Amino acid sequence: MIILFGMPLVQVLLFGFAISNDVKDANIAILDHAKDNVSREITQKLLSSGYFKLVKDLSSENDIGKCFRSGKVKEVIIFENIFARNLDKEKKVNIQLIADASDPNTANLLVNYTTSIISDYQRELIQDKQLPLQIEPEIKLLYNPGLKSVFMFVPGIITVLLMLISAMMTSISIAREKELGTMEVLLVSPLRPIQIVVGKVIPYVILAFTDALTILLLGYFVFGMPVQGSLLLLLAESLIFILMALSLGILISTVSDSQQMAMMLSMFALMLPTILLSGFIFPIENMPVVLQWLSNIMPPKWFIIIVKAIMLKGVGLAYIWKETLIISGMCLLFIALSVRKFKIRLQ
Amino acid sequence: MRTILVILRKEFIQVFRNKGMLPIIFALPMVQLLILAFAVTFEIKNINLDVVDQDNSPVSRELISKFQGSPFFNIRNFYADYDQASNDLKSGRAHQVLIIPQHFERDIYKENKAKLQLITNAIDGSAAALMNAYGLSIIRDYNKDLIIEKMGDNFFTEPITISYSYWFNPELNYITYMVPGILVLLVTMIGIFLSGMNVVREKEIGTIEQINVSPIKKYQFITGKLLPFWFIALFELAFGLVFARIIFHIPLLGSVWLIFGVAAVYLLAVMGIGLFLATVSNTQQQSMFLSWFFMVIFILMSGLFTPVENMPAWAQHLNTLNPIAYFIRIMRMIMLKGSGFRDILEPFAAIIVYALSMLSLSVWRYKKVA
Repeated sequence: MIILFGMPLVQVLLFGFAISNDVKDANIAILDHAKDNVSREITQKLLSSGYFKLVKDLSSENDIGKCFRSGKVKEVIIFENIFARNLDKEKKVNIQLIADASDPNTANLLVNYTTSIISDYQRELIQDKQLPLQIEPEIKLLYNPGLKSVFMFVPGIITVLLMLISAMMTSISIAREKELGTMEVLLVSPLRPIQIVVGKVIPYVILAFTDALTILLLGYFVFGMPVQGSLLLLLAESLIFILMALSLGILISTVSDSQQMAMMLSMFALMLPTILLSGFIFPIENMPVVLQWLSNIMPPKWFIIIVKAIMLKGVGLAYIWKETLIISGMCLLFIALSVRKFKIRLQ
Repeated sequence: MRTILVILRKEFIQVFRNKGMLPIIFALPMVQLLILAFAVTFEIKNINLDVVDQDNSPVSRELISKFQGSPFFNIRNFYADYDQASNDLKSGRAHQVLIIPQHFERDIYKENKAKLQLITNAIDGSAAALMNAYGLSIIRDYNKDLIIEKMGDNFFTEPITISYSYWFNPELNYITYMVPGILVLLVTMIGIFLSGMNVVREKEIGTIEQINVSPIKKYQFITGKLLPFWFIALFELAFGLVFARIIFHIPLLGSVWLIFGVAAVYLLAVMGIGLFLATVSNTQQQSMFLSWFFMVIFILMSGLFTPVENMPAWAQHLNTLNPIAYFIRIMRMIMLKGSGFRDILEPFAAIIVYALSMLSLSVWRYKKVA
């Protein structure tokens, strides 16, 4: 019980505070052959930017490989010899950046930051002439002006949890009855199969719903994540999604004989695709076409679109009827399949 | 020793008898490796852009053609006013809208200053930042072209050139980065879930009482329970490494033996966790839920998706307790950078301590009474 409610809380908090792609205080090393005032000034500029932290002053090229391999340094900046003099006389100097691209994302960001800081320094050097013909782009960030990552994660976490609680828990609890043999007792009782299933499922509906509400409240009060659209519509959509997940759970339980198997099936077949192929963390548009196609049969993808649309864009049913229809269709399909598969007798 | 062998035999028979589980244990991880490696990327390509060109001048058209020529952008629609484009943003058909207002060309030549608007759907913050950067750099480059066209080549002189190189992964391939981490993930799942579930299962079915009343000792029982999955996980790691090599051409610069050495100890640590969770829970459902909970936290904090260094200090401290974080770090170091034993000493020592303490904790916690 504690887990069921504690888990979403901890996850939302973790995501909200800990997961971020912004680089700050990246460890760098500097190999300064010049050691003159210009190279020192640039170093100063870099270090005061807040993106970098100097952990090592290198003295020779041979040390570069070693400090990368120990993992302590993400980027090395090399100033060539007699830096300031060349800058004055020949108007041409070179700064070399080497980044540890075993993490490509960070490497890319670091190189970009460094380049832009050095360019800024250069611009100060040239003393800005009044530039003609300026295009002034005005940037507008819709729906999430603070670029907060929580806005991205809350809809995803709601989806994952609904999926987990509804599909995984139902499938396991039904498989458990099978395994322990209590299913037999239920089957020979005057209860009809449909009654058994409904009875098993309702507690999880309530649970899932409470959890979804908890996350919404948390998102609202802790992270200031708004619900722009209609709350009623959001809850209705969640209900459809929960029903879909439940029928999927029942379907899984009908094909597996043990809890272990039900768990592994839902774990591998549901959880990871839910997290990875749904656009929860990684944008679907960037995946290979096969996976994009595959993601279309992942129910969470559609639900995440719906949640984002209602919560952040504040749109109504007119914009998301297609997604709603898809989820409802899947729901019916899973119900039909599991009704066909559900055996009243045990082998 | 003989007792352990007998228990081992029993466990292996149980694992291989379960026909439903076999494909799940062996085939699914490979499928996962394939899907994960391709799905997990932060690269941005194919940004769907709507253009609202109210100026319709040579300059505006040229700027738009620059966007068309960029590999990042994919112009979807041209609209006459923002309302239609805004609809596309709302329905998710467009990611970004470029608005060039009326008199753009006139302003730029007459007043030396012209405004335009770039509107981005920012729900995914990090993607939005990238989309903006791409858009802005196209605009800036075009702006530079315009100035050079008017003022001549020598207007810009930039004495400092910056050259950069990316080591260990020159093409900035995301798959290379992810695969070592995913391998860790697969091994961990087997370690935490299966070993724990296995013990609880005996509890639930009641067979554990039969074992409890037998003369089997605690340590024999636990060894017998853990070893099969230890073998399976190591086997899977080997399989995964071959797979990574053949399909993804991921280099393995360091020593394979080092990887297996670390993995062997690491598995003891995660199995210890699984076992410990199993001893505190009574049903498989409970044990699964507990392990799932820890697993998710461990994974998210581990640096698999987002670098640990970007997390706030408290989160990084929390990570000292995270075995996955250590192993992912080691894996990446050995595979991609060819780090040797001395480079990984620190995280490796942490894993050893972890394994020892988790195992002794679960042995202590496991009681031979019902």
